[in-house]
Amino acid sequence: MIRRSLTLFAGLFVLILVIGWFMGVPFTSSRLVEAAAYSLIAMGLNIQWGYGGLFNFGIMGFMMLGGVAVTFISYPVNPQFWGSDGPWMLGRALIAFGAGALLVIAAQQSHRVGVRGGWKMALTALAWFIGYCVYRSQIDPAAAYIEANAGWVGGLGGHPVLGWIFGGVLAAGAAYIVGKITLGLRTDYLAIATIGISEIIRALVKNMDWLTRGTLTVSPIPWPTPLPGDYQAGGMDAQTALLAARGGFLLLVLVIFAVAMFLISRAYAGPWGRMMRAIRDNHISSASMGKNVTARQLEIFVFGSVLMGIGGAILVSFVQINDPSSYQPINHTFLIWVMVIVGGAGNNWGAVFGAVLIWLVWIISDPLAQLLFGTISHWSGQIGWGEIPDIQSRASQMRIFVLGAVITIALRFAPRGLIPEVVRREG
Amino acid sequence: MALIELKHVVGGYGGAPILNGVDIAIEQSDIGVIVGPNGAGKSTTLKAIFGLLKVTGGTITFNGESVANSLPDKLVPKGLSFVPQEKNVFTSMSVEENLEMGAFTRKDDFSDTMTWVYEMFPVLAEKRRQPAGELSGGQRQMVAMGRALMSKPKLLMLDEPSAGLSPRYVIEIFETIVRVNKEGVGILMVEQNARQALAFASKGFVLAGGQNRFTGTGAELIADPEVAKSFLGG
Amino acid sequence: MTELIFFINQVVIAGAVLGSIYALGAIGITLIFGILRFAHFAHSELMTGGAFIAFLLATLFAAWGVTAPIPMGFVVLPLAMVLGAVFALGIDKGFYAPLRKRGAKPVTLLIASIGVTLMIQGLIRLFFGSGSYSFFENEPKDVFRVDMSALGSTRPLVITEPQILMIAVTAIAVIALHLFLTRSRLGKAMRAMADNADLAQVSGINTALVVRVTWVIAGALACMAGTMLALDVTLKPDLAFNIILPIFAAAIVGGLGQAYGAIAGGLLIGFAETLAVFNWSMVLKPLNAVLPEWMQLPQTLALVPTEYKLTVAFVILVVTLLVRPTGIFKGASS
Repeated sequence: MIRRSLTLFAGLFVLILVIGWFMGVPFTSSRLVEAAAYSLIAMGLNIQWGYGGLFNFGIMGFMMLGGVAVTFISYPVNPQFWGSDGPWMLGRALIAFGAGALLVIAAQQSHRVGVRGGWKMALTALAWFIGYCVYRSQIDPAAAYIEANAGWVGGLGGHPVLGWIFGGVLAAGAAYIVGKITLGLRTDYLAIATIGISEIIRALVKNMDWLTRGTLTVSPIPWPTPLPGDYQAGGMDAQTALLAARGGFLLLVLVIFAVAMFLISRAYAGPWGRMMRAIRDNHISSASMGKNVTARQLEIFVFGSVLMGIGGAILVSFVQINDPSSYQPINHTFLIWVMVIVGGAGNNWGAVFGAVLIWLVWIISDPLAQLLFGTISHWSGQIGWGEIPDIQSRASQMRIFVLGAVITIALRFAPRGLIPEVVRREG
Repeated sequence: MALIELKHVVGGYGGAPILNGVDIAIEQSDIGVIVGPNGAGKSTTLKAIFGLLKVTGGTITFNGESVANSLPDKLVPKGLSFVPQEKNVFTSMSVEENLEMGAFTRKDDFSDTMTWVYEMFPVLAEKRRQPAGELSGGQRQMVAMGRALMSKPKLLMLDEPSAGLSPRYVIEIFETIVRVNKEGVGILMVEQNARQALAFASKGFVLAGGQNRFTGTGAELIADPEVAKSFLGG
Repeated sequence: MTELIFFINQVVIAGAVLGSIYALGAIGITLIFGILRFAHFAHSELMTGGAFIAFLLATLFAAWGVTAPIPMGFVVLPLAMVLGAVFALGIDKGFYAPLRKRGAKPVTLLIASIGVTLMIQGLIRLFFGSGSYSFFENEPKDVFRVDMSALGSTRPLVITEPQILMIAVTAIAVIALHLFLTRSRLGKAMRAMADNADLAQVSGINTALVVRVTWVIAGALACMAGTMLALDVTLKPDLAFNIILPIFAAAIVGGLGQAYGAIAGGLLIGFAETLAVFNWSMVLKPLNAVLPEWMQLPQTLALVPTEYKLTVAFVILVVTLLVRPTGIFKGASS
C-alpha cells in the first residue's frame, strides 16, 4: 500500500518535471501554488465525503465566500466610502436587521402568551415578512447610495492571512446553516441544499455591487508574502524575483496545508475518527449506541467547509483578482469531486494526490485538446470535409465530457480510487 | 415425489454460511412447520428457497425441477408464493390493488381467484377500496396471504404469520392456513408459537445452527421429550 | 381592471407555464427516486438533451418542407419523446445498470449521475457550441391578444400560441400518467415497487421491466419539459441545468416518490417564483391617487429582485424541510 502510494507520488513528481520542461518554470510554479490550494479544498471534501459520507455539491459557494472574505479584509480602505453617509446608512440597515430578527424571535416565543398552533405559525410568517420589508427598506437605499457615491465599501486593509481565516469562518457559518437544516434527513437533501446555497451565494456575490463590486471585479488584491516587484526593487532580476515571490507564497500555503493535514490525521486516528467511521459505515447502529449522529455530521460538514473557504481565499489572493463571473460549478465543484474520487475517498493522501494530478491534467488538457482538435480539423480540411468551426471553444467543451467520463469510469472500475482508504480493523 | 425437496442446502449472504445443510421435503397436501431457536436459520431457509440469498451447496427441487438460485419472478409462475414476516403489504395501495399485484405474473383472467380470496377473507371484500396501510395487524396479514394466493400457488410459504398478533387473531390465522391447505395448497411456514403450530402440522422440522435437529410429524415432535425440553420450553 | 389583466398576463399565465415545466421535470425525478432510491441529477440533461433532439427534428422537418398550423416544436414532440425515452434507457443501461448490478449504494449512483450530467453537457456543447438557438427562427410565434375593453381594461389579455399548447399538453400528459398509474397493470406495479421494492420482487413483479418503464416515462416527460422550456424561452446548453434546483425542490416539496406531489410542488414553485419577482407597483398604482405624498409607491415593488429568483425555490425547500420533511404528499424522508 505504502509502496503503491510512493510510486504514484513519484510519478506525479515526474509529471511536474515534464510540465516544467515543456511549459516553463513560471507557468509550472503558478500551477503548483494553485494545486496546493486545491489540495486543501479536496481535503475538505474528503473529510465530508470520505470520512462522513456527506454530499457537498456546493463547493463553489464556499470557495466564493472565501474569495469575498479575503477581498474585504485585505483590500485597501476606500476613503470615499468612509467619508460618505454610507457607513451611517449601513448601520441603520443593521439596526433594521436586528429589529427584524427580534420580531421573528418574539413571534417564535408567542406561545408564552398563549398563541398556539396555526396562529403561531401565521404570526411567525408575518413577522418574517415584516422583518424582511423593514430590512429591505433600509438596505436598498443604502446600497444604491453607496454604489452611486463611493462605488463600493472597499476593504479593511488587513493582512491577507486574516482574510483567509475570515474566509474559513464565513464558509463555516454557511455550512452550519445548511447542515443544521438538512443533516438528519436523507443525504440526497444535503446534496440539493448545497447546490442551492452555492447558487444563491453566487447570485449574491455577483449582484451585491456595493459590497463585492460584483462583475466589475476587484483587483489587485495584496499578497501575504512579498510580490515579485518587491524583490525586483531589492535588486533581483525579473525571473529570480518571480520565482522567489511564488516560492514564498507556495511555502506559506504548504505550511497551512501541513498544519491542516497534521491536525486531521491525528483527529481521524483517534476516538473521534473511530466514531466518524462507525457513523458513516453504520448509521443506524451507531445511533442506537447513543452517539449523536447528526451533531457529529454537522461538525464534520463545518470542518470540511472551513478548508474550502480557506482554499478559495488563497486562490483569490494568489491571482489577485476577485471575479465572481469566473466561478462555474463545473470547475469549482465537480472538478474537486473528480479529484477526490480519482485520488481515493477516505484517504487524505489520496485526495491530495488526486487534487494535484487532476489540476495539472485539467490545465494541460486545454492546450492538448486544442492540439488534438487542430490536428483533426486539419485532416478533415485536407480530405475535403472542411475544418471544424469555432475550434477553440469546442476543444474546451471536450474537457467537460472527459471530466464526466472520468467520474463514471472511476466509479465503475476503481470505485475506491488510486490510493484507497486504509481499512482499519476496529477492535 | 415430494412437491418441494431441499437436500443438504448450504447458503448465506456472502459471509459465513447461515445454512449448513438443511433437508426438507413437503407434499402438496402437507402443512410443514419449521421451528427452532433464534438464529437457527428458519427464515433464511424460506428465503433460500425463494432465491433471496445465495445457495452455495445442496439442491432445491420444486415439482421435479431444480430451482436453486432462481429469482421470484421465475418462481411465482411455477407455483411458489412467499409471505414475508414484516412489511408484507403495499401500504399506500388499496386492498384490491394489493391482491392484483399478487397476480402480476398471471396473463389469464384472475377474477375468479379474487372471488375465492374474498370468500376466504370476507373482511377484505368489505375493505377492498381502503389503503392496506390503514388496516389492523390481523387484517394486514390476511391481505398479505391473499396477495400470495392470487398467483394460485402449489406451495405457500409463510414467515411467522402469527408474529405480533393478538391471541384471537393467531387462532384465526392458523385456522385460515389449515383451510387454505384443504383447498389444495401446500404450506411451509416458520413459527415462533412452536407448540401451537406443530399441533396442526403434518411435517415438523426443528432447526438449530442451520441444520436439522429433528424431523417428524408435528405430533411426533411434540411428543418427543427432548424436543419438548430443548425447543418447546418444557 | 387593466391591473387585473396585467396580473393575469404576468403571473397567472407565466406561472402556469413555468409550473408545468417544473412539474414535468419533477415527475421524472420523483419516479426515479421512488423506484431506484437515488436523486437523479442528470435529469436536467435529459431535459436539455430532449430539447436538442426536438430541435434537430424540427429543423429536419422544416428542411423537408413539412408545414403545420402549430409550431414545429409541437409537431415533432411525440417523436422526440420516443427518442428521449430511448436516450434515457440507454443512459441507464450504459451507466447506472452496471453499478446497480455490482450492488452499489444509491449514493454511488447519485455521483455517477453527476458524471453523466457532465458528459451530456460536454457533448451538447461540443456539437452545438455554447450559443443559444430558437425554435422560431423560420416561423412566427403567434401571439393572441384578446381585447378586454368590454371589461373596462385598456390592456389586452396576451398569450402566445406555444403557451396555450404547453398548458394543454401538460394537462394531457398528467391525465395520461394518472390513468397509467391507477388503471394499468404495469402502472400499479410501478406504484407497488415505489411503495415496497422487496415485496414487489417477492410478489413476482418483473422489477427490471418496471425500472425500464420508469426510465421511459421519465425520459419522455423530461424531453417534453425541455422542449417546452426551449419553446418558451430559448434553447441553450445550460437550459435545464439552471433550473435543477427548483425542479428538485418541487419533487421534495411534493414528497419524494409521489407523482401527484411532484405536480403540486411544480405548480407551487412555478407560481411562487413568478409572484415573488412580480412588480406589484404596476397593480397597486391606482392607490397612489389616494395615498398621501410621503407614501407614494416606488417604481418597482417586487418581493424579490429578479436576480435572486433562485432563492424562492430554495426558501420553499428549506421551509418544507423544517416544517414537514416528508413533503405535502408524505414521501420518503430518511
